[in-house]
Amino acid sequence: MSLRNIGIVYRKELTDSLRDRRTLISTIVVPILLIPAMTIGLGGLVTSMLKKAEKDVPPVMMLGGEDSPRTRLALAKLPALRVVPPAEDYAREITNKQIRAAVRIPRDFDALLDRGEPAKVEIYVFETDINSEIAGGKLQAYFQDLRQRTVEKRLAERNISMSLLRPFEVSRQNVAPEEKVSGAAAGAMLPYLVILLCLTGAMYPAIDLTAGEKERGTMETILTSRVERTHLVLGKFLLVLTASLATAVLAVVSMWFSSRMAARIFAEQLAKASPAAQLHVSIRAADLLTVLFLILPVAVLFSAALLAIALFAKSYKEAQSYISPLMIVVIVPAVASLIPGVELNARLAMVPILSTSLVSKEVFTGTYHWNFILTIFASSCVYAAIALFAAVRMFRREDVLFRA
Amino acid sequence: MIEARGLTKVFQDKKRGAVRAVDGVSFRCEPGRVYGLLGANGAGKTTTLRMLATLLSPTSGSASVAGFDISTQPELARANLGFLSTATALYGRLTAREFVEYFGRLHGLEEEELHRRLEALFARLEMNEFRDRRCEKLSTGMKQKTSIARVLIHDPQVMIFDEPTIGLDVMAARAIVSFIRECRERGKTVIFSTHVMSEVEKLCDRIGIIHSGRLLAEGTLEELRARAGLRDLEDIFVRIVGEAEERAA
Repeated sequence: MSLRNIGIVYRKELTDSLRDRRTLISTIVVPILLIPAMTIGLGGLVTSMLKKAEKDVPPVMMLGGEDSPRTRLALAKLPALRVVPPAEDYAREITNKQIRAAVRIPRDFDALLDRGEPAKVEIYVFETDINSEIAGGKLQAYFQDLRQRTVEKRLAERNISMSLLRPFEVSRQNVAPEEKVSGAAAGAMLPYLVILLCLTGAMYPAIDLTAGEKERGTMETILTSRVERTHLVLGKFLLVLTASLATAVLAVVSMWFSSRMAARIFAEQLAKASPAAQLHVSIRAADLLTVLFLILPVAVLFSAALLAIALFAKSYKEAQSYISPLMIVVIVPAVASLIPGVELNARLAMVPILSTSLVSKEVFTGTYHWNFILTIFASSCVYAAIALFAAVRMFRREDVLFRA
Repeated sequence: MIEARGLTKVFQDKKRGAVRAVDGVSFRCEPGRVYGLLGANGAGKTTTLRMLATLLSPTSGSASVAGFDISTQPELARANLGFLSTATALYGRLTAREFVEYFGRLHGLEEEELHRRLEALFARLEMNEFRDRRCEKLSTGMKQKTSIARVLIHDPQVMIFDEPTIGLDVMAARAIVSFIRECRERGKTVIFSTHVMSEVEKLCDRIGIIHSGRLLAEGTLEELRARAGLRDLEDIFVRIVGEAEERAA
């Protein structure tokens, strides 16, 4: 094994790749520009939606109620709703989003309340339309409040204490650490993004260094030099791995910066929003380093597998058509980790990519299962070694190198 | 020195089954001599030369390059070998100097030795004007010179040229022919393949006529003329190949 030759190949491939626009874009430009753009863009979208929702006064239709002036007046006074005159085809108007919801007031509603007789208020919404459900919710909130006040009034009239209705209080307390709450949203997304970027960062160099060389006719040139094929493939592999890790590290750094930037820009809106919306604001450096360490064998696996597959192709285009389906093979286990309730166990720890994604999620939420972390690292290393071995074997096969 | 003993290559083809691309080819070429492998397209020239260059391994038979066996000592065989064909392209994103340096380093040259040789070669081939230009921006002639510098940087004893003039214009082809002649004068062992008769007549000390993977006839131009009873190499080639086809049929 000659480290010198591997180093010579690596240095040359590095020079070569740094001059290749496609590689530069996928390795450096995408993580540096895309992630801040996505974070800021998403933040902007969320805040503008929030603002719009605040301003938006949904039109609702009141059906009936002509004989209940008290309720009519109270509804008309509600600042969060705008009451429009009744129409026969209210259901169609809701469907067409001309109005957001409708409410049917029963005959003699005010009088029924005063007499303490039963009545039924009906609210109409279009389920799955979020705006309609919000408007319906506001109507419902008003009537529930009215019901509560009516109960209180009737109890007071009969001199009965409120505690009869609420004999005791129930309250829920959070014991999860701070980072567990705010990390949950980011923790699920981050490893998935980093794993995906590891793959896309390795893709173009892997194709360029194998099928690309065949296409340009330089494969034959380099194979007639003295360098051993094993040294050649290892040098190439190290370059692809560098690109993969560079993309992942740049992505993480870029994420960290853009999350801070977003936190500053949207500070005001975020303060109002729920904790889940506070995207990766509280990620710790130690967690990031642990995740990068866990991702390392995955990057090796991707780099070696992509090299082996791309080498089989005769041209750039052919290699791309082999690798595109691989994207889906990688995305599926990575996405599976986003499904709530999918939890690590001994069997899942053996599934490459999914296990790394799952354990990284745990790490970001502040939980370190060291036995899982080490098992997953070891199993990923085994997969990575198999892929690297396959890549080296592929380079020794002349029917692959000179496929006609 | 190149010696081939019963070189055979069988490819597995999905449609045609086992194909004997090269079948029992034996010849030898001494230092300071040029051996020409003459054959039509698909005759087995490229496969033979790729086996000599250790790109492909023979199914059976053996060969040695500069005394090193191509199957058991492929790295040493390549260390003493320069291989040039129109298929051996340059790395477009490297400059001419970087390209030649890369191959020099892979051949184990120390930096000092490498740069001494590189300067000498670049001066001799008149490459200094474009030495720092990227290979993708070079003209055909410049690319050719860069390729020549690439095969000479480690000063190999054996040169293998696989159809080196195919697709080149007259001037570029002449440059290659004179380069081959120069190699012979410097005492290198040269083997090259072609289907251009005039190049063979001009250059070769010995000629091998290859057809369907078999070496049909071999010898100096005079020996081939005597054997076929014809003067013109093209006539000789057609006669020998025609006889072989008749025997096969």
